[in-house]
Amino acid sequence: MSVVNYARTLQKVILNIGPRCYHRWVTTASVALRIRDSKQNFRCRLWCGLLTPVHYQYSTEGNTSKAKQVPADLVDKLERLALVDFPNQEGLVCLKKAIRFADQLHVVDTEGVDPMDSVLENRALYLREDVVAEGDCADRLLQLSKDTVEEYFVAPPGNIPLPGREEC
Amino acid sequence: LTVHAQIQSITKLFSGSQVRFQAPPNSLVSFFDASLPGTLPVLNRRCVEAAVMTGLALDCVINRKSLFDRKHYFYADLPAGYQITQQRRPIAVDGTLTYSHLGGTRRNTLITKSVRIKQIQLEQDSGKSLHDDRRGQTLIDLNRAGVGLMELVMEPDMSCGEEAAAAVRELQLILQALGTCQGHMDEGQLRVDANVSVHRPGDPWGVRTEVKNINSGRNLARAIDYEIQRQVGVLKNGGTVQNETRSFDRKSGHTLPMRDKEGLQDYRFMPEPNLPPLIVYDRPSTAPPCVHPSQVVVLEEVRAGLPELPRARRTRLVESYDILPEHSFTLVNEDGLTDYFEAVVKETKAGPRKVIGWVNQVLLGLLHHHSLSVSQSPVTPQMLAQLLNLQENGQISSSVAKQVFQELWRAPGKTAQQIIQEQDLGIVSNTTEIHRICQKVVDSHPDQVQAIRGGNKKVLNKLMGLVQKETKGRADPVLVRSILEEKTS
Repeated sequence: MSVVNYARTLQKVILNIGPRCYHRWVTTASVALRIRDSKQNFRCRLWCGLLTPVHYQYSTEGNTSKAKQVPADLVDKLERLALVDFPNQEGLVCLKKAIRFADQLHVVDTEGVDPMDSVLENRALYLREDVVAEGDCADRLLQLSKDTVEEYFVAPPGNIPLPGREEC
Repeated sequence: LTVHAQIQSITKLFSGSQVRFQAPPNSLVSFFDASLPGTLPVLNRRCVEAAVMTGLALDCVINRKSLFDRKHYFYADLPAGYQITQQRRPIAVDGTLTYSHLGGTRRNTLITKSVRIKQIQLEQDSGKSLHDDRRGQTLIDLNRAGVGLMELVMEPDMSCGEEAAAAVRELQLILQALGTCQGHMDEGQLRVDANVSVHRPGDPWGVRTEVKNINSGRNLARAIDYEIQRQVGVLKNGGTVQNETRSFDRKSGHTLPMRDKEGLQDYRFMPEPNLPPLIVYDRPSTAPPCVHPSQVVVLEEVRAGLPELPRARRTRLVESYDILPEHSFTLVNEDGLTDYFEAVVKETKAGPRKVIGWVNQVLLGLLHHHSLSVSQSPVTPQMLAQLLNLQENGQISSSVAKQVFQELWRAPGKTAQQIIQEQDLGIVSNTTEIHRICQKVVDSHPDQVQAIRGGNKKVLNKLMGLVQKETKGRADPVLVRSILEEKTS
């Protein structure tokens, strides 16, 4: 399982847990996303190990009262939504650990604190003037695609349905 | 109704590539639109102004601080895998769209209704995909990807296809008056999806279905009415309505389930990390002092720059020309008809009420019959004004005027005067001549005269018709009627 996909799933799981929690963990996941080159070389367990000690000062897994089981349907749905592959039991174990790790967010008291999306929130949003400055590079863009037909990109028809759990 | 209106701007919402309707495929695409790594969104000021203007025109509450989010789903024409939209805090909420339509038994009573606008948000458009089923592939053109859209969500306050079509027409007129969207549904600048559900009075809301692929106001009404009937039929047969997405087939007028949608989508909404909140200021004084004026959108300035909205235009027409609200509704509803009407009124001495009859019934009837727009009318406002002047001067009768109008339509090279001279349609004012003709008609129809004397006044119309036939419609109808009444009394 690729590191990028794991980090994305973690990000998604964290964001789904609750809007009133601080999203500091997201920064870690975003850092992981930017290391695209090395995505093939790490094994999932290594990342689990790397992330947990960084936030060691918080309570360990034993403290959380809700140790949820991850039903197979939910795993299937996560796979389809994020196009992530949990090929084996190792992947599922990783996922469970990630969820329990993220559950620690409930320990933090966020009463009366407004949620933050990013650290750049108090910057002014730059407004661009409505003048044409880009475009007209069809040839360069089409070169990037393996398949093109008369200046169109080629894609498979509709969405390819993912094979079900039984077919894997 | 969920309406997606393409913002009329020169460049796209988050990139500097041009917005144009037809262009070589993938020629209006920047690196950001193609979602190449390392590109970032840069918001277009014109799109913000357009959304704020639309919000103000629809009496919305403008959120001073609005946020951008990512809506994730996988499809080939969405290269990034997500669409930047505003789900948590859109730019405008809680508005009202007031619309009217002609109803009543003879469809000439103006019924005014309103529908609440839930929110207006800024979002990106996706690219276009052309399905090549023969070779089992889809061709993707990203020219449209990234164009700014305003998504307007309306509450379910409408109850039939006609109301929905009238609401969309009013929205089109408002957007066109503001200049924020050209509103051509057939060009995809205004896309409407209808959410339809049925329930018995007093019961909770039924399950709703979404109907897509509607490309005109008329088809919107047809699709909604069909869907209502279909759902009522399903429920009457004891079935349940599925929460699904259906596509409208305009040839058959039916809605069919769409193959590609699997159940409820989970869009995994997430805050857009590359865009800080969008702040709109009330007055120039509330804007931060060190920021350049081109970087702030001020509500007061936008409000001051709003043009005349259709609602105000209709009221103005009713007040300045003393016409009925129904008349002004028809005038504003048809593109260019108001200008035509005002041009005719300016040049003729006939009163506006008379002109209205000619414009709304005679001219519009012919235009609809030949499927022409006002700008394509062979009879110009000046020609109609001349014709009405001739009638006012007493040179032709009203029935002749209608004949001449038809002639002008058919052969627009000639003027009204020429046609009247050529066909000798001038009014017959020689009273002795009219007396003679009336006498002849009265003498040759003794039964009708008997009936009139007996009390049946309607037969007089038949005699009048005969007299007019004799005079080829050139006699003044009022005079003919008085002479006939005299003779048959």
